[in-house]
Amino acid sequence: MHLTPAEVRHVAELAKLHLTEDEVAQYAGQLSAILDYAESLQTVDTSNVPPTPYVLALTNVLRADEPRPSLSNAEALANAPASVDGFFRVRAVFEE
Amino acid sequence: MPNHLHTLTIHAALDGLRAGTFTSVELTQALLDRIAAVDGDVKAYLTVTAERALEQAAQADVRRHNGDDAPLLGVPLAIKDVLSTAGVETTCGSRILKGYIPPFTATAVQRLETAGMVMLGKTNTDEFAMGSSTENSAYFTTRNPWDLTRVPGGSSGGSAAAVAADLALGALGTDTGGSVRQPAALCGVVGFKPSYGRISRYGLVAFGSSLDQVGTLTKDVRDSALLLQVLAGHDPCDSTSLPDPVPDYSATLTGDVQGLRVGIPKEYFIDGMQPEVETAVRTAIAQLESLGAEIVPISLPNADKALPVYYLVAPAEASANLARYDGVRFGYSAGADAMFENFRQTRGQGFGPEVKRRIMLGAYALSAGYYDAYYLKAQQVRTLIKQDFEQAFTQVDVIAGPVSPTTAFKIGEKSDNPLEMYLTDIFTISLNLAGMCGISVPCGFDGQNLPIGLQLIGPHLGEEVVLRTAYAYEQHTAWHQRKAGI
Repeated sequence: MHLTPAEVRHVAELAKLHLTEDEVAQYAGQLSAILDYAESLQTVDTSNVPPTPYVLALTNVLRADEPRPSLSNAEALANAPASVDGFFRVRAVFEE
Repeated sequence: MPNHLHTLTIHAALDGLRAGTFTSVELTQALLDRIAAVDGDVKAYLTVTAERALEQAAQADVRRHNGDDAPLLGVPLAIKDVLSTAGVETTCGSRILKGYIPPFTATAVQRLETAGMVMLGKTNTDEFAMGSSTENSAYFTTRNPWDLTRVPGGSSGGSAAAVAADLALGALGTDTGGSVRQPAALCGVVGFKPSYGRISRYGLVAFGSSLDQVGTLTKDVRDSALLLQVLAGHDPCDSTSLPDPVPDYSATLTGDVQGLRVGIPKEYFIDGMQPEVETAVRTAIAQLESLGAEIVPISLPNADKALPVYYLVAPAEASANLARYDGVRFGYSAGADAMFENFRQTRGQGFGPEVKRRIMLGAYALSAGYYDAYYLKAQQVRTLIKQDFEQAFTQVDVIAGPVSPTTAFKIGEKSDNPLEMYLTDIFTISLNLAGMCGISVPCGFDGQNLPIGLQLIGPHLGEEVVLRTAYAYEQHTAWHQRKAGI
């Protein structure tokens, strides 16, 4: 199992992580080693075995549909790197 | 007035506070003095909230004077920096949250506050709880109080070291793959991880949502039970929180293990374990037998698959949980001109290498074309691992084994090889995958005076049998009374 630099760049883009070329090479090696190790799962017979995404039997835990107080606008914006008029300020969505 | 207040356990401190031997302010000051004297070397704390702690201590003294006797009234504790604390910086050991001040407090911390605790500060952690040595903290590496050239374990290394060095009477940690139990073993303290869902995760910054659980680091088992009593219980703010009633954990500390069936998995005694660790653990098991327990050999056939399952499932969940760090609503922002480029730069600069590694591993395992072979397959093997435990618990009451294959390793020794670091979790990880509970208690020392831990594993909601067994063992030994010389 060997991850190519192109595959590493693809995954980095899925996760929106900027990597330098040195990092791409380094991670390709490290991730390949880890994925090689994970290959051992392929030998396990899992026919008819349901997946366990979650260990508890709880499902659809809901609360009563009653409004209640939440964070104030000021509290919600308190850690914002940029804000204006009570909104989070973001960069332009469309890139140059 | 005793000048050794920092060496007290939580229960001994409560005795002293109730008897009026000392006040919470005196107790808190003693710990702050100790932190000032020693934490420069141990580096357990990221943030020490000294003024706030003394105010809380003064309030606790007033409350006590007025007849209040809340379960942790006036007791100084430390909190791992992945737990949100309103008004107090919470970094998760990462640069991407430097300066982040949560607008709310985690339920676990809230419960301790309602019970009257004094918060001394926030302890160091591997970044976003990803690691086994606290070397992945973006700030600095915590040192093991038993040998300052060695790691305290991780990711709750700060909390474990703080308790081991008497820099807090107890601490909260979190455990996703062993991050409470392993540092407890390496630092010679008691580390307890309850069953998944027993303690609320609200306010615990998410890493692996199906695995994360708050845990405790304490000087003895009685203190674990005291903290668990306050922490456990249903929380409407956490939809994965169990509705089951909370028993009286302290009442379970009878010291009796007569007829208790203790399972020893053959898969947990493997090549590559440090011989002194194996000897100490086997001796501890023999000790349990001499106390009346019945030793039962068992098998957990899929035990060797736990690590590869974890290193697909946990990163997959992490890749989703860490998508929120985008420089928009909180934390570091790189200042690039366009939105997606700002995401890339913010995350590329703000996250450390281990976090990036795990995010990419997770994104890969979940991506189109690979999901079935990696993520889905891992979830299926997870079912088999869970079934192994359920099967074992029809034959035994508790399972015993090692916590870590070795004692504390040198700082830098494993940090070049991620896979080698992952292998240190080999005995702890299965519990998180299966949702079971477990404890690490001190069971010896190696030839270099480095602590060794005994792991006791219980079924889901088996906190009582684990605490009872751990307490019985502890009370017949003196390991927990040996202190690091720092």
